Amino acid sequence: MILQLFIKGLSLGAVYALIAIGFSLLWQTSRTINFAQGEFVTLPAFLMVLLALVFKIPFALALILTIIISGLLLGYLMNRVLDRPLIEKGVLPLVVATIALGFMIRDSLIISWTPEALYFPSLVPKKPLHLGDATFSAVDLWNIFVATLIISGLHLFVKRTKTGKALQAVSQNRDVANILGINASKMILLAFLINAVIAGFSSILIAPIYMVKYDMGVELGLKAFYAAIIGGFNQTRGALLGGLLVGLIETFTAAYISTHYKGAFVLIVLMVVIVFKPEGLLGEKELYEYR
Amino acid sequence: MNTVKASKVTPLRASIGWLCLLGIFVLPAFSVSSQYILYLASLTCIYTLTAAGLNLILGYAGQISLAQAAFMGIGAYTVALLSTKLSFWVALPLGGGIAFVLGLVLGFPSLKVKHHYLAMITLGFNIIVYLILMNEQEITGGSYGVFNIPRPKAGPIDFTSNESYHILIALVTCFIMLLTYWTLNSQWGRAFKGIRENELRAEMLGVSLRNYKLLAFAIGSAFAGIAGGLLAPLLGYIDPTIFNLGFSFQFLLMVIVGGSGRFEGPFIGAIIITIFPEIFRVAERLYFVIFALAAMLILIFMPKGAVTLWDWLFQTITGREAPKLTK
Repeated sequence: MILQLFIKGLSLGAVYALIAIGFSLLWQTSRTINFAQGEFVTLPAFLMVLLALVFKIPFALALILTIIISGLLLGYLMNRVLDRPLIEKGVLPLVVATIALGFMIRDSLIISWTPEALYFPSLVPKKPLHLGDATFSAVDLWNIFVATLIISGLHLFVKRTKTGKALQAVSQNRDVANILGINASKMILLAFLINAVIAGFSSILIAPIYMVKYDMGVELGLKAFYAAIIGGFNQTRGALLGGLLVGLIETFTAAYISTHYKGAFVLIVLMVVIVFKPEGLLGEKELYEYR
Repeated sequence: MNTVKASKVTPLRASIGWLCLLGIFVLPAFSVSSQYILYLASLTCIYTLTAAGLNLILGYAGQISLAQAAFMGIGAYTVALLSTKLSFWVALPLGGGIAFVLGLVLGFPSLKVKHHYLAMITLGFNIIVYLILMNEQEITGGSYGVFNIPRPKAGPIDFTSNESYHILIALVTCFIMLLTYWTLNSQWGRAFKGIRENELRAEMLGVSLRNYKLLAFAIGSAFAGIAGGLLAPLLGYIDPTIFNLGFSFQFLLMVIVGGSGRFEGPFIGAIIITIFPEIFRVAERLYFVIFALAAMLILIFMPKGAVTLWDWLFQTITGREAPKLTK
């Protein structure tokens, strides 16, 4: 039973971690708290359904198209239209703008398509697997695998390449990075693109579990937010740990304590972390504060 | 370049202004034939009150709160559950009082953390309150909510009709706004502003950061509690889904779009948020998309909020700068 729950929690947590990593990347580089992060997952999921199930485009091609479109819309366009004009005006206007953006995406989906939940096929068979007395689905293993792949890829990119290091520099101190000849606004654009692409991939992992619905992103976005804070906002590995913890806490409390209040336990952990270790479990205190 | 004269706020002008505002608030009760528009006017008053509370927290003390809907819920449920047992006139202040105390408690983390952390804590509080309202069925009625919430009576005066109840809401709102106005222009208000501009400096000048931040949080939450207490009898029926997180977001939107840190801000924001969708009702479901788009445009082009429009309007009509209502 414990192993079974552990795998289930890990698989959910891996997806939360993916979403949280993009989320904290945006915060690090541009001080954008993206309250529309959940909708960044919803939109690609709808795109996938449109391309793969309605237009019947082959799955791989549909996936590539989806990633490109969401990169353009949620990465490039969001950066240019919303982030650029607002970035110098402080944290709050951007928060409100992303809240409005989230509302807009949700309502546009209801109007242009449907308020109903849509079915989304899983890439791997949903056949149950057995390990000892634990029963779990191949989907769970697949999610953990893909998430690990993406996260290690991102990690390598950030740590090993020149562009990745420039990205790091911008997230540590935008002004100094600028002085050192790094084009900060280009790096911020890159962060937006990475976020949109990762969110696109995570939508394909979560859609078979959650079903594709206009408001599927609301909870996902919040959980990514919890994960980023619990783990530490300024560390990519913090988002990873946070995501896994949120997934595990949720699964175990729902199984052992109460399903009604399963949302509350994560929040209590979150509040304790914020009050006693505000920088997060793995985070570092920020020396440089933006106004 | 010609300089624009600033209008001074003299006591006489302030009184006239307040009478006009009261008039604007009360007027719909006498002039509007459609019950629906009257209902919207009542809602605008209630939203103004809640947004004014948030403006106190956000615009004047520089903290963020995403729990206004939860405090409204607390006030609304207090009135809904107790007004039949005790009396509306006891339940309404009680709801505000409970919100005040909880706001004080919720304000404590704001002493330690800022920005997204505080946003998160208050957001979490909102979700927890929602879960409690939803799951403690014996007390709150769970997802079925509370039915038949009566409107109050005061001796011979009966506030049961829509018109008279609107007048009550308008009076309470105006009274609380007046109190706020007075507070913000006292030394308290200046202390709040000092904290928002520069915490360190304010503290060095002898402002007790702790007390003022907690107070801002508590008062702002109490406003929401009272607003909720007024909302319950207006609707006659409440359930937890009204007080969800999206509602809290809406108030944040109201304050920022209206103009945070300006006394007129929440009022303008509340009007925009309630009236705007009605104008675009012809666009049916599209109206919320248009609305969200408009909010983003306002943020991009009027970073200080729609209050900029009011300033401009005032200046073009009177030739003077709009008065600064709070120092």
